[in-house]
Amino acid sequence: MTNPITARFDLDYGSFRLNVDLHLPGTGITVLFGPSGSGKTTLLRCIAGLQKAQQGLLAINGEVWQDSERGLFIPTHKRALGYVFQEANLFPHLTVKGNLQFGLKRIGNSRNHDLAHILALLGIEHLLDRTPDRLSGGERQRIAIARALALNPKILLMDEPLASLDFKRKQEILPFLNDLHQELNIPVIYVTHSQQEVAQLADHLVIMEAGKVLATGPLSETLSRLDTPLAQDREASTVWQAKIIGHDDQFHLTNMGFDGGIISLPTLVGKVGMPLRLQIHARDVSITLQAPTATSILNVLPASVTGIVDDDSGQTVVGLRVGGQPLLAHITQKSARLLNLQIGMSVYVQIKGTSILN
Amino acid sequence: MLNSADIATLWLTFKVASISTTIMLLLGTPLAWWLARTASRWKGICNAVVALPLVLPPTVLGFYLLVLLGPHGPIGKITTELGLGTLPFTFPGLVVASVFYSIPFVVQPLQASFTAIGEQPLEAAATLRAGPLDTFLNVVVPLAKPGFMTGAILGFAHTVGEFGVVLMVGGNIPDRTRVVSVQIYNHVEALEYAEAHWLAGGLLVFSFTVLLILYTTLKTHPVAHQLK
Repeated sequence: MTNPITARFDLDYGSFRLNVDLHLPGTGITVLFGPSGSGKTTLLRCIAGLQKAQQGLLAINGEVWQDSERGLFIPTHKRALGYVFQEANLFPHLTVKGNLQFGLKRIGNSRNHDLAHILALLGIEHLLDRTPDRLSGGERQRIAIARALALNPKILLMDEPLASLDFKRKQEILPFLNDLHQELNIPVIYVTHSQQEVAQLADHLVIMEAGKVLATGPLSETLSRLDTPLAQDREASTVWQAKIIGHDDQFHLTNMGFDGGIISLPTLVGKVGMPLRLQIHARDVSITLQAPTATSILNVLPASVTGIVDDDSGQTVVGLRVGGQPLLAHITQKSARLLNLQIGMSVYVQIKGTSILN
Repeated sequence: MLNSADIATLWLTFKVASISTTIMLLLGTPLAWWLARTASRWKGICNAVVALPLVLPPTVLGFYLLVLLGPHGPIGKITTELGLGTLPFTFPGLVVASVFYSIPFVVQPLQASFTAIGEQPLEAAATLRAGPLDTFLNVVVPLAKPGFMTGAILGFAHTVGEFGVVLMVGGNIPDRTRVVSVQIYNHVEALEYAEAHWLAGGLLVFSFTVLLILYTTLKTHPVAHQLK
């Protein structure tokens, strides 16, 4: 069972139509990405049963929640899911504790042994007796996440949980989401229009537009597909999974190993063997035909060209592969002509900068 | 001071108002919930019908109730068939009339409260395993508490203060349909101003106290709130 989640929906509003047929992995974070109006929230609401698609087939790890051909539709309150809304949506008449216990009481398990762990993970133990009106936006959202997780759901659905928060509050929650990532063994479906959240959280990426799926697949593969608007964007990037393999004390560098070579970064705090996510922006990647002998750029790696697309503003998006890892480069169309880039060519990429995402 | 006939009217008024308010809450809650949530084309008509007693002269309402409930009216025929007799000039008739007359004062604050709650808490409850009835009792009712309080208090106070409908449907029968407002009328007709003062003054103080409690504890404008 490589694709334990099947989500097929056809929902027609006249002016808008959601029409998707998705197979998603049963673990990790799947991000639904797209501009507003692309249908990503509608898709999430269909998975939750908050909206009912006329035609639909939904199965989560073997449990069928909707099958319109058999006339089957399990109502939301009978689905073992956790849902985090864009606004935390806590019950204003209950304390934090009351909010956390609301669902627990209904699954007949008012003492969840994991609850203490979840509270600690989200750093909200000290807020239990407060009412929601006396919490910050970030605190409210953390409690909403805890409230959803407390039920030991089979799937966690998150609808732009950071969108209503300012930058500071986002930074307050992202580390918690990253930790959840390591701890949870249930699938998470996460809706966002932020590329930063995609790079930071996604394992699997679904790009949506106008109610349809443009691309779906593992994060690095999907980010580097040239046929999506994401690859053309000024902020386009690829994300590599890498591991610390050693520290170079003399030059204050950390060496990271990835599927395709070694890359050096300014010293990081971390033990050898620690896994990290590296984000490489396409604008920070340049291409040479020969291995440069004199360059200030530290990370020069052999690569092969896998795709070339010109946009209409003088930019060329080049798809590359470094060992097993896909990579995107944004170069000018003039450079692309001068280098006479062709698919299949062996080149060298110079990586000017990378950022660490966790 | 109050004589025993006055005290009997006070007790009867209290009984009518309590029973009517209970019935109005029982009928008004599902009606207000439906009005707050439906997209049906009947919604406008229902809203207008519920609000009618606010603008109609009580005599008009009383007259039609008399016709409907009387021995030749459609409802009167049914109650006669069922062996209940006819309702006009009886205590149950008075309660029925009061319910019709005061129901907008219960339904409108409830409807406004339900509308203000919105979809979000209901969806949150559904994702936390609460079924529709569970959600209504444990999320909607607590959140709509100000609406329930306003509706109950205004419904009760308005029933206490009714006169025209009572006179038309209930008449003026001691211990059965003679309520405070009718008794005041009787006193004034008989030029018993001192007795009228005791009851009228008492009603004035009662109404003022009720409204004062509403405005100070709920911190909203109940009448403006329900007319919007």
